[in-house]
Amino acid sequence: MRHLLSAGDLTRDEAVLVLDTAAQMAATQGREIKKLPTLRGRTVVNLFFEDSTRTRISFETAAKRLSADVINFSAKGSSVSKGESLKDTALTLQAMGADAVVVRHPASGAPHTLAHAGWTHGAVVNAGDGTHQHPTQALLDAFTLRRHLVGDGGRADATGRDLAGAHVAIVGDVLHSRVARSNVQLLHTLGARVTLVAPPTLVPVGAHAWTADVSYDLDETLATGPDAVMMLRVQRERMSSAGGGFFPSPLEYTRAYGLDGRRLAVLPDHAVVMHPGPMNRGLEISADAADSPRAVIVEQVANGVAVRMAVLYLLLAAGEPRTAPAAGSGRDEARTGVRTDETRVHA
Amino acid sequence: MSTTYLLRGVAPQGGDRTDVRVEDGVVVAVGADASADGATVVDGDGLVLLPGLVDLHTHLREPGREDAETVASGTRAAAAGGFTAVHAMANTSPTQDTAGVVEQVWRLGRDAGWVDVRPVGAVTVGLAGERLAELQAMARSAAAVRVFSDDGKCVHDPVLMRRALEYVKAFDGVIAQHAQEPRLTEGAQMHEGVVSAELGLAGWPAVAEEAIIARDVLLAEHVGSRLHVCHLSTAGSVEIIRWAKARGIAVTAEVTPHHLLLTDDLVRGYDPRYKVNPPLRTAEDVEAVRAGLEDGTIDVVATDHAPHTREDKDCEWAAAAFGMTGLETALPVVQATMVDTGRLTWADVARVLSATPARIGRVPGQGRPIAVGEPANLTLVDPAARRTVVPERQATASVNSPFAGTELPGAVVATFLRGRATVLDGALVDAPAGVRA
Repeated sequence: MRHLLSAGDLTRDEAVLVLDTAAQMAATQGREIKKLPTLRGRTVVNLFFEDSTRTRISFETAAKRLSADVINFSAKGSSVSKGESLKDTALTLQAMGADAVVVRHPASGAPHTLAHAGWTHGAVVNAGDGTHQHPTQALLDAFTLRRHLVGDGGRADATGRDLAGAHVAIVGDVLHSRVARSNVQLLHTLGARVTLVAPPTLVPVGAHAWTADVSYDLDETLATGPDAVMMLRVQRERMSSAGGGFFPSPLEYTRAYGLDGRRLAVLPDHAVVMHPGPMNRGLEISADAADSPRAVIVEQVANGVAVRMAVLYLLLAAGEPRTAPAAGSGRDEARTGVRTDETRVHA
Repeated sequence: MSTTYLLRGVAPQGGDRTDVRVEDGVVVAVGADASADGATVVDGDGLVLLPGLVDLHTHLREPGREDAETVASGTRAAAAGGFTAVHAMANTSPTQDTAGVVEQVWRLGRDAGWVDVRPVGAVTVGLAGERLAELQAMARSAAAVRVFSDDGKCVHDPVLMRRALEYVKAFDGVIAQHAQEPRLTEGAQMHEGVVSAELGLAGWPAVAEEAIIARDVLLAEHVGSRLHVCHLSTAGSVEIIRWAKARGIAVTAEVTPHHLLLTDDLVRGYDPRYKVNPPLRTAEDVEAVRAGLEDGTIDVVATDHAPHTREDKDCEWAAAAFGMTGLETALPVVQATMVDTGRLTWADVARVLSATPARIGRVPGQGRPIAVGEPANLTLVDPAARRTVVPERQATASVNSPFAGTELPGAVVATFLRGRATVLDGALVDAPAGVRA
C-alpha cells in the first residue's frame, strides 16, 4: 500500500489488516496518555480544497496521536482554485518534505492525479474527492460494522475477520455520494451484501455494474431485515431545478426514503443505524432514529480516528511485508507481526 | 519555386504501380508518358499515392490562443500529416463570425503556405446561440466560407437551427452541427455509463448527442437543406444517420480518429489527455463508428485537432480543457483501425479523408482524382512504416496527443500542395513564407 486512493484498491486481506490495526489503535485510545511515538519526525499535510471540519480534525487527531508533525493547508477560498494550483501546491509541499498528504478535493480523481503525476513523493491519502471516493470513511464504517456484527456483537475477538454474510442497506443520494461508492466496493470486498436504496433519479446510470443490489423502495428493503442501515446526506438544493430537480420536494423525499421511528421499529434487534454526517435531521433521518440506541453515529466518529491512525501507520511506518501481504499462508503471520509490533511499541 | 517531380513506382490510391509526373503545379502525365526529364525523382516503390488530405474540422486557435497553436504551426502540422487543406473552426477570439475575421484567418493561411486554409464561419454571433452571424458576408468574402459551425457549442435552439439551415442554401453553404444538448450535458465530464458511475465524474449521455442529430436530420429534411454532423461518437448516432440517408435526407457525417480507436476505459487513470468533446465512448460505440465508416453511413474522417497548452492539461480532470491534437496521427490511426483491419481500401481512404470532405466544404482543386490535368495536391504514404508517437517531436505547438507512446502504422513521406513539396523524405520542407506554387 503506497497510497490510499480508492476503497477498490484494497484486497480483502489488506482491508482486514487495516481493521485489525485500527482495533489496536483504538485499544490505545482508552488510556490516559493517548499519544504514541510511532510517527515521530514524520510530517503529515492535511491539504483541503473543500471545507470539511470533521474529516480534517479526524485526520489531524490521528496524526497527532501518532506523534507526527501536522500541517493544515486549507486551499478553499484563497486564490488557489484550479488545476495549476494543485500542481504548484503539491510541488511546494514536496519541497517542504511532506511524508504523507491527506487530500480533500471537489474534483473526482484529484488525489489520483496528485499521486501519479510525479508532483509529490509522499503517500497520498484520499480524504474525499468529488463524487468519487472516500476510502477512510468506508474503512471506519466497516470497522464499526465489524464491532457490532462480528464476534458476538463485540464480545468476542473479531481480529482477522471480515463481514461475510452481513447485509447493509445504503439509503439516499447514491449519485453524488463518494461514501456510497467507497462502501459498495469495500463491503463487497469484505464479504457483505449491499442494497442501495434511492429514488431512481439518484442512482447513477451504470450502477448496474456495481457489486450491489438496487432498490427504489425503502420499506421493502427494511422488511428483508438488513443488519445495518446507512443513511446518506441529501442536500436540500438537489430538489431545485438549478440543483438538478432530482426529487419534487423534501417532504416527498422524507416520506419515501427518510428513516423515522416507524421504520426503525421494523429493523431486527441487532441492526445498527449509521450516518457519515453531517446529518440533515428531519430530511433523511429523524431525531428519533438519529438519537436512538441503535444509532452508532457518534461511535463512527470515534472510530474514524482509530482507522485513520491505522492508515497513516500502515502507509508511513509499517515495513513492506506487512503493507503488502503476500498471497498464501504468509498473510496471517504478517498480520500477527503487525500486532506484535504494535503491542511492543505501545505497551 | 515550381519544381518538376517524377513520383516513380507509386501506387495511386493503393492500385497498380505507376509513375506520376508533376509540373507547374499540375499532374501532367501518368504511366508510360511520365518521363524523368528535368524532374526531381522521388522513389515511390511500395508507397501509396493519395490525393492531398482535406480536414473538415481543425482548430488552429489563431486569433486568440496563439499560446496553443498558430495558423503557421497548425498548418505545418497539417502538411506533416499529409493534409493539403484544412477547415479552421470558428471558436477563435475574436470569433470567426464576421467577414473581417474569416479573411484574416484565410490570409494567415495563405501567407503561411502549408495548406489551403478554409475558415469555418460561426453560425451565431459569438457562438452564443442567440442570433445568426452575417453568414452571407462571410460566404462572399475572400475566404469564400461554405461551412458554418458553432463547434464546441451546439445550435440548440430549434428555430435558430432551422433558419441557419435554410439561409445558407443561398450560397451553397452547409451547417456543421456540434450535436450536444446543453441541458443534458451540464457539467458533463465523460461518457455516462459504467465507467463514469465508478469514477464519480458527471456523465455525458449518448442521448444528448443523438437527440440533437435526430432533430436536425428531420429539420434538414423539412427545409430541404444539407446538414453535416460533426464528430459522431455513439452507436445510436450512426443508426440515426443510416436511417436519415435511407430516407434520402442530405446529411453527411464525420468521425474522428480518436473515436475510431479509444474508449472511455482510458479515463480510469484521470489523465486529462483523454478528456475530449464529444467524450470517448464504449467499445460498442467504437465498433459502431467503424462499421458506419466502412458501410458509408459516415462520410468522412475529420481530426477535430484541438491543441491546448500544457497548463490546460496538467491538472485535475475537472479543471482540464476538452480536446486532443490529431493532424499528425489521423492517417496512421485510420490505417490501423480501418485499412490494416481490411475494412477500407486505400481508395476508400482517399474518399473519406480527401474527396468527400473537399466536396462537403466545396473546396476548389482539392480532393480530386489523380489524373492528368488535375492540381497536384498529393500525399505519398509509406504503409509499411511503424512509428511511435512522440508529441514533443510533432509540428503542432501543443503536446496533448492521446497517442503519445503508441506505435502506429504508416508514415507520410511527401506532401505536395499544387506541385510544391511541403513534405519530402518524411520531413517538412521549410520555404520562404508566402511562396506558393
